[in-house]
This record gives sequence, C-alpha cells and structure tokens, in this order.
Amino acid sequence: MRDKLIYGAGIFAALYFVRNLYVILLQLPDEAMQGAVYRIFFFHLPPYFTAVACFLGAAIASGLYLKTKNWKYDVFAVSATEVGLALAAINLVTGMIWGRQQWGIWWTWDARLTSALITWLIYLGYLMLREGIKDPSERAKNSAVLSIFAFFAVYFTYKANEWYRTQHPGPVLTIRTGKNTIDPAMQAMLFHNLGAFLLLAVVLVAVRMNLENSQRAVESLRRRAHAIA
Amino acid sequence: MDQRNFEYMFYGLAAAWTILCLYALLLTSRGRKIQSEIDHLKRMLDSSPKK
Repeated sequence: MRDKLIYGAGIFAALYFVRNLYVILLQLPDEAMQGAVYRIFFFHLPPYFTAVACFLGAAIASGLYLKTKNWKYDVFAVSATEVGLALAAINLVTGMIWGRQQWGIWWTWDARLTSALITWLIYLGYLMLREGIKDPSERAKNSAVLSIFAFFAVYFTYKANEWYRTQHPGPVLTIRTGKNTIDPAMQAMLFHNLGAFLLLAVVLVAVRMNLENSQRAVESLRRRAHAIA
Repeated sequence: MDQRNFEYMFYGLAAAWTILCLYALLLTSRGRKIQSEIDHLKRMLDSSPKK
C-alpha cells in the first residue's frame, strides 16, 4: 500500500512538472531585459525552498532522535538531508548558469553565494560523517547534532542578502517585499513549481527511507552471519 | 517566446533535470545493490548449519 502511494505521488509529480513546463515555456509572458534565460528562475528558487524544507525536516527529526532515540527519526533525517543536498545542487548549478549569462561570470564570492556553497558542503560533510562512523547509535547521535547546527547555515544563507551587500538579486516575491515586484503569472508559476518540487521531494525521501531501512536489514543480517561464522 | 539567451535557458533546465535524473538513477542502483546483498545474506544464513 505504501509503495503504491509512493508510485502514485511520483506519477502525479511528473504530470505536474509536464504541465508546469508547458506553462513556463509556452504561456508565461517574457521578461523585458533578460529574454528566455529568466525562465531558469523556476528551476532555481523552488529547488532552494524545497531543499530548505528538507534541511528543516532533518533538523527537527534529529532533535526528536536525540530526545527519543527512535531510529525512524534518524532514518528520516538522513533521507531528507540527502534529497535536500541534490536539490541544493540544482539551485547552485542553475544559479551559476544564469550568472554566466547575466553577469558574465560563473561565480562570485559574495555573501549569498558563498554561504550557499558552504551550507552545501556542510551537508555533504554530514553524509561523509555518517559513512565514517560504524557504530549505528554513535553515528545517529553525532550526525543529529551536526544536522541541528547545520541549519544555522541555512538561515544565514537565507538572510545573507539582507545582512550584506551582495551581487545576488534581492527578494522578489510579494510575501517578502510587500510590493508587486513580479508579474502575478510568474509568481503563481513559482508557487506551482514549488508544489511540484515539494511533491517530488516527498517521493524521493520516501524512496530513500525504504533504502535506509533495507540497509539496516543488511547490517542486521551481516551481524547474524558473523555470529554463525 | 522571446528567443534571446535561449541557449542558457536550455543549459539551466537541462542541468536541473540531469541532476534529478542522476539522483533517481543513483537511488535505483543502490536499491538493486542492497536487495541483491539481502538475497545473498539470506541464502547464506539458510544454507548454514543451525547451532
């Protein structure tokens, strides 16, 4: 039943993306200055917010793991972190491609870009830390502490272009600026693609959790095999 | 659609989908590897003499 739900949600997410791509490429109005390249924005901002949701979920689950020592929170934390890392990679790469066209450079060490890269590296470090610790309870405890502290980097990245002068563009969504700084159709499309990315993230986290549970089954079978040998 | 800078828009969208597809493939291949390891370990445990 759970697998059927995951497949169903996956198919729904794929159809949602097809619909969104149709609107993004064929129906949305053009941006006056940038030409077609502004459409990268729909694959830059939604993955970022989805990654933030994943990292927040991982931090909360990590806190719950430390409190309850229940494995399911550790399984959720590692799964959400890994999916968040993939989405944050999309955010970084699409931003670089847009920057190359608009600024003439692939990268600049301003506060927003640098903190986004450091945040990505911290979460990559989280996964490496887990690989490096063999004892499951030590691994879960140490990575939970790191996950909670790593979320401060996510918040810093979010606020970086308010706290510092950055080359990265400022906020454009009406909920942040309080003004109509973006065409309503473009803003609606951003939220639609955010919905599609969130749904996709739910599917990927569920699949990754299945893998993590299977991996734990492997570890338990290995222990039994060692005990017999 | 305005055709200016279409090439970079294509690169951006292609990069996003490539990363997603690679991650999905990675999950699939890990799933297969874990399943074959589970099958192997179960076979090994079933065939071992009971103590």
